[in-house]
Amino acid sequence: MHAAQILINALVLGCLYACIAIGFSLVWGVLNVINLIHGSFIVLGAYLAFALYYLLHLSPWYAVVVAAPLFFVLGYLLQRLILNRVITAPVLVTLTLTFGLDLILNNAMIYFFRADYRKLTLAPPLGSISILGVVVPVDRLIATASALALTGILYLLLRRSRVGRAIVAVRLDRDAAVLMGVDVKSIYAIAFGLGAALAGCAGVVMALIFPISPLTSSGYLGKAFVVCVLGGLGSVSGALAGGLLLALVAGVGSTFFGPSHATTLSFVLLIIFLILRPQGLLGRKGFE
Amino acid sequence: MSEILHLHNVSRHFSGLQALRKVTLSVEKGEVLGLIGPNGAGKTTLVNTICGVTPANSGTIIFDSADITGIKTYQAARRGLSRTFQVVQPFAEFTALDNVAAAALFSRPGESLKSSREQAKAYLAFVGLDAQAGQSAATLTLAMRKRLELAKALAMRPKLLFLDEVNAGLNSAEVERATGLIHQLAAQGITIVMIEHLMKVVLNVCTRIAVLHNGALIADGAPRDVIRNPAVVEAYLGQQYAQRNASHG
Amino acid sequence: MTRVNVSLLVLIACVAALPLFGGAYALRLGTIACMYSILALSWNVVGGFAGYPSFATAAFFGFGAYATGVLMNDGLPLWLSVVIAAAAALLLAALLGAVLLRLRGHYFAIASLSLVEVLRELVNNATDLTGGGMGLNIPLVAGSSVMSDATFFFYAMWGLFLATALMVMAVASSKLGFGLACIRQNETASSMVGLNTTFYKSLAFGLSACFVSAAGGVYAACVHYIDPSDVFDILYSVKPIVMALMGGLGSPLGVACGAFLYLGLEEVVWRNYVQIHTGVLGLLIVMLLLFLPHGLISLRPGRFRRRAKHV
Repeated sequence: MHAAQILINALVLGCLYACIAIGFSLVWGVLNVINLIHGSFIVLGAYLAFALYYLLHLSPWYAVVVAAPLFFVLGYLLQRLILNRVITAPVLVTLTLTFGLDLILNNAMIYFFRADYRKLTLAPPLGSISILGVVVPVDRLIATASALALTGILYLLLRRSRVGRAIVAVRLDRDAAVLMGVDVKSIYAIAFGLGAALAGCAGVVMALIFPISPLTSSGYLGKAFVVCVLGGLGSVSGALAGGLLLALVAGVGSTFFGPSHATTLSFVLLIIFLILRPQGLLGRKGFE
Repeated sequence: MSEILHLHNVSRHFSGLQALRKVTLSVEKGEVLGLIGPNGAGKTTLVNTICGVTPANSGTIIFDSADITGIKTYQAARRGLSRTFQVVQPFAEFTALDNVAAAALFSRPGESLKSSREQAKAYLAFVGLDAQAGQSAATLTLAMRKRLELAKALAMRPKLLFLDEVNAGLNSAEVERATGLIHQLAAQGITIVMIEHLMKVVLNVCTRIAVLHNGALIADGAPRDVIRNPAVVEAYLGQQYAQRNASHG
Repeated sequence: MTRVNVSLLVLIACVAALPLFGGAYALRLGTIACMYSILALSWNVVGGFAGYPSFATAAFFGFGAYATGVLMNDGLPLWLSVVIAAAAALLLAALLGAVLLRLRGHYFAIASLSLVEVLRELVNNATDLTGGGMGLNIPLVAGSSVMSDATFFFYAMWGLFLATALMVMAVASSKLGFGLACIRQNETASSMVGLNTTFYKSLAFGLSACFVSAAGGVYAACVHYIDPSDVFDILYSVKPIVMALMGGLGSPLGVACGAFLYLGLEEVVWRNYVQIHTGVLGLLIVMLLLFLPHGLISLRPGRFRRRAKHV
């Protein structure tokens, strides 16, 4: 496989990784909570797209529009009613709590949807295009564009809207934000809701390309982790940087060491970054 | 009089901000050196650098005839360098007794927990906290916590003791008491370097004063001389006042 | 010897009598109870005493299982394989600890979690040595009948349980335990008073790994077949934490009781709600963390109240 192909593959995959991670990164950066339910949210979003496509014959575009508010409300309520009670508790408690919640969600999905892998195959299939010798499947292209669109929307939201500025303020300095009159409890819930919405939408995007099953949730979560540590927390640019780096390393590593080592490589990279540069490529120190 | 601490051209920067500029300073055994300077001058950074919290970027630090540049914090502690913190750092769950016992236990190899607790009682008594020995550190008032901090520092049997603004946040009666303790320590022969803003205390207790400004040492000598030094006045009060003061003589 | 320590030893002694009363099923349950206690007590050294939220338990459990399995396949007897696995884990954890324990809070938690993933993948890929994804068969050890097998492994695990409890009690009342308590409360102040925090933390991490590894080894010999996703299961990292939280962080007696209680709940749930048992486990965790964050030990009036973690 020649260099340009590897690069383009990495670019495409990198945007997808960024999309997976952006909601996770936001929640971690703003609430200082590692949301272990994130992977399951993504899978749930994928199931939603699957169901809408095969039961109601709605294309995935509609699924995104439906997923966003649905997941936002889910996340908002989850934070407000449950997570908020332990928001000041040590890392151990919040991590174990979200782990417990994830067990519930994941088990529920296995119970209702079964663990078998499903695939959302668009009919008619979109095929692939070839530019200057580099082959890209069209569905991946669309997925990449959607991924970028989602991250772009978040970016604009954080930059331009009142709520977005408040979220960034809380991320930068919670106490100062409180002094400025920001209702932090509400922002926490909104940020978590936003994170859930992004996860749900990411799930819809993933449904276009990858097979769907509750068993894949830990894979998505693992990727989100690595992207956040590599790129830095709480920012769109961080997620993109981390996503691209991870995809590049996975791509190059696959070529030289074989695809079975890809996961190991990503986690080793994670550990290396944690030791040498825990704030990631673009992040700020102090988000333990 | 022998030299116990010697800094030579010690510099330290933090991502572009030069916190210490080629500081060269000596401390004689048994003296009480006052380290003064406006806020942000680098006083605490200097102490942090000597004690191994933030290692120097360049320069050498000789303590008790040994080169300690770049050693780790716990090694500095074991060599006889002890300090108090501006923002007190107790072991919040422990009792006052265990707080001091911890200092006695880990600063000297071969100590046992039991004997450390015994010795801790004496140090608590010295700072007047013996009644609070069984109380958890979190329940003590600020003044008491500062004294606890001092007791911990002393329990390490230091050769050189850094006091970082022990009087911050204390009322005048408490300041008097703290000053009295420092006099007693000096009488016992412990070398002391104190970072202090209260001039009254500095002039009362210190045998020598060193002044830091923007990371550089701008004056070093007897207290009465240093406070009249034009550079020092300028650092604290600005150029205009210094000129005015100089013209008045 | 404090009252709490005595209570713990009495509990352990009572458990030893199990084979007199129970059949094969009870023995199996007892073996797992001892194993869970080992995992929870070991975790407590790093998580409860030192305050570092480690998710690495599964990594060392799997390490011990595979190390023992491989050594036994090479002909070594069980006891020697387990001892070597434990010693190797102690060393490995101490070395890794020196590096990983520089991280705090979330970052340390993730790094320790990643350790599980990395080890699992390494074992998965080292097919020649470990059988990779196809698993590893472990030769039979004791006697011929089901009962003597069950009894043998029960006592093996029970012995480890006792050893772990003794280790934990020794640490709690020693200079090491005192130092870990200092680190937990204020790490900066700890090094300021002359405590070599890296050394203490690494030692704690090492101690927390070696008995877990031994338990993994006995487990492997007991079940005769292991594969990577079976022993490097994140649940082996999370369950001990839940047990410790249930019982009351820091108190060895509380943690052991938490482990027993947890197992009881797990068995009841598993037998009655097989399909949704992980969901129910999740629900239990959520309820526990929301309503009983200091564990069961906090329900007892004052007596065994959680304190500066040396008993």
